Amino acid sequence: MTLDWPTLLPLIFAALMGLSILVYVVLDGFDLGIGILFAAADDHEKDVMIASIGPFWDANETWLVLAVGVLLVSFPLAHGIILTALYLPVFVLLAGLILRGVAFDFRAKVPVARKQRWNRAFFAGSLLASLAQGYMLGIYVLGLDTGLAAMAFALLVALCLAAAYAAMGAAWLIYKAEGELQKKAVVWLRGALVLTAAGLAAVSIATPLASPRIFDKWFAWPEIVLLSPLPVASALLFLWLWRQTFVLPREGDRHAILPFLTLALIFSLGFAGLAYSFYPYVVPERLTIWQAAAAPESLAVVLVGACFVLPVIVGYSFYAYRVFGGKAGDLRYD
Amino acid sequence: MDPLLLSRIQFGANISFHILFPAVTIALGWVLLFFKLRYNRTGDVGWMRAYFTWVKVFALSFALGVVSGVTMSFQFGTNWPGYMEKVGNIAGPLLAYEVLTAFFLEAVFLGIMLFGFRRVSNRVHTLATFLVAFGTTMSAFWILALNSWMQTPAGFEMRDGVAHATDWAKVIFNPSFPWRLVHMLIASGLTVSFLVAGFSALRHLAGDRSDSMWKAMRTGVFTAAILIPVQVLVGDQHGLNTLEHQPQKVAAMEANWETRGSVPLILFAWPDEEARENRFEIAIPNAGSLVLTHSLDGVVPGLNDFVGNHPPVLPLFWGFRIMVGTGLLMLAVSWTAAVFVRRRRLPRPLALLMVPMAVSGWVATLAGWYTTEIGRQPWLVTGILRTDEAMGPVAGSHVALTLAGYLALYAILLVAYLAVLVHLALKAAKDGDTSPLPALADRPMAQPAQDMEAAR
Repeated sequence: MTLDWPTLLPLIFAALMGLSILVYVVLDGFDLGIGILFAAADDHEKDVMIASIGPFWDANETWLVLAVGVLLVSFPLAHGIILTALYLPVFVLLAGLILRGVAFDFRAKVPVARKQRWNRAFFAGSLLASLAQGYMLGIYVLGLDTGLAAMAFALLVALCLAAAYAAMGAAWLIYKAEGELQKKAVVWLRGALVLTAAGLAAVSIATPLASPRIFDKWFAWPEIVLLSPLPVASALLFLWLWRQTFVLPREGDRHAILPFLTLALIFSLGFAGLAYSFYPYVVPERLTIWQAAAAPESLAVVLVGACFVLPVIVGYSFYAYRVFGGKAGDLRYD
Repeated sequence: MDPLLLSRIQFGANISFHILFPAVTIALGWVLLFFKLRYNRTGDVGWMRAYFTWVKVFALSFALGVVSGVTMSFQFGTNWPGYMEKVGNIAGPLLAYEVLTAFFLEAVFLGIMLFGFRRVSNRVHTLATFLVAFGTTMSAFWILALNSWMQTPAGFEMRDGVAHATDWAKVIFNPSFPWRLVHMLIASGLTVSFLVAGFSALRHLAGDRSDSMWKAMRTGVFTAAILIPVQVLVGDQHGLNTLEHQPQKVAAMEANWETRGSVPLILFAWPDEEARENRFEIAIPNAGSLVLTHSLDGVVPGLNDFVGNHPPVLPLFWGFRIMVGTGLLMLAVSWTAAVFVRRRRLPRPLALLMVPMAVSGWVATLAGWYTTEIGRQPWLVTGILRTDEAMGPVAGSHVALTLAGYLALYAILLVAYLAVLVHLALKAAKDGDTSPLPALADRPMAQPAQDMEAAR
């Protein structure tokens, strides 16, 4: 590999896309999860749950726009192939995102009698969007195969990703809520963790089995040793978090954010594994990032902007999270 | 089922639904900043009441704009993969800059603008309001740059059948961009002024004579009265620009078949594309030439010079007339209303007329966009990519399924949106100037917020 711009730029953008997807999954993961947990919460709890994500969800979802944007900008060929192959799940994802995004605002503004209706829309939209994302991940992992077996596998992943998001949502609530709701969130986290672990295991096993190339990348000497920290660390973190769910919340609410950070770390490890498996392909076994890349001069133009703007975005996102730090109270338009 | 036609209807439905909400938020952001600055300057809580009423409308419109905008970014890939393959090197960076410089800015500071009044200092809250308004306008800048480039491409070369940028300044500031941007920004201003005026008229009809109602009403009516003549001038310049760069579009808008001088201005007609003539034509002699060339006998290009390469005539002809007709109605209503509300009076019939006029901006904006977008056909990118070449391999039945889903969803959301507007107006009317403003009362002038203290 020579280190010139046409080689480097697609690499940089693949990294940028991976990073946006990961940030999206972690950030929108918790607010989608809150939506899924809506099914198990009472009326007052729902208001607190909404208050815990109200100021953030919009910006969280923007990372998805960035991820799709980077895919569209840097790998236009792959963008077309992947999205046409996933045509119907993409529609379900979008319909779900539309429903939940607007339900958020409608539930706060409609006459009280109609609030329940938008609560249901918020739950349904969040669940649909999560399932659709999991389904798409499943189909992608199997190389965009849409046979019957692949669909069954994708449905399993869909269920597990929804559970993983619910776990994120519960972990976020442990951080943002107090009293009864916080205790409930601990129980929710414990339940969702089981399916999350199952999903992570399913994807980890299916990915190498579906592709001999990926199998060889993992199970060869010395890679297998070098890579072993990934699954081992994930498993240890899972165990630790599982045990935490029996002692949380702690005295004085210490370390309430730890469950959320732990889950984020597990997500990152899993994502790193996936990234390693599929590199250098952007469309599994069909198009590498270099084959699918846009013209270097176009990528360079975007890169210059991204270098200036992304740090600023990260900076003001941190600022917003700080402004709305602490426990969630009433969310009011003033 | 024809996937091309279905895909076009689907994209058209999506983008029509989408544009309704940016048309509101682009200008409403600045109106909110205006309310906020007036409050900062005068300390008059009436301005803050107006702010809190309209920030809710902003939040709702923004959410609808975001979710329908996310849909758009996916549909390039799901339905029009040929678009990104051919012109992705140009469209990609423009879209990327929109996300980077505008989308994040609005989304992050929206949270502070909506919910942060008690958590940050007044200055930071004003700054957040400004950044959101600035962000929505930047969004419009990049999106219109891309749209205008598709209409009048410049600053690129074709290599191996793919467009490559050679001069980004020319790509962004392509020939039709400046006028289209100004035209759209003013359209948003008009949409919002009529929305604010109509919403306030509903409050007036419900018996509300509060100070905050009059403040909003006067802001809406005066802004509309000032903007509409400006829009007429800008629209005229935009039309002349189109005549220069896309003559076939103007020929279709005017249903002018033969290239000739002293063209009449057609007020009513039913253009028949098969017979290539107009039926039931009512026209003013020479006025067409006067409008388009600013001289009574100026030569106007005709459709017969562009056989097989011009857009469908009927929708352009009528789309353009609906836009102009709505504009004239807006002129009459806003000037009449301005005379009355100057003295804080509003006759009931005028108020009744202003309520439906709340959506007049939407009608004109949509009619205008239909005119310009259908007017680009049969090209997706003028001279580079035909619409049918950009289509993806998705089956017609799948597109039909998703189209039905989107249409149902959008219909429900539109009804719900309008119902919430009416509900908010009546609620504001009931509260009048007595609505509690706890935030202003218990505000310790600066941070830290009470909730944060409770957490410690």
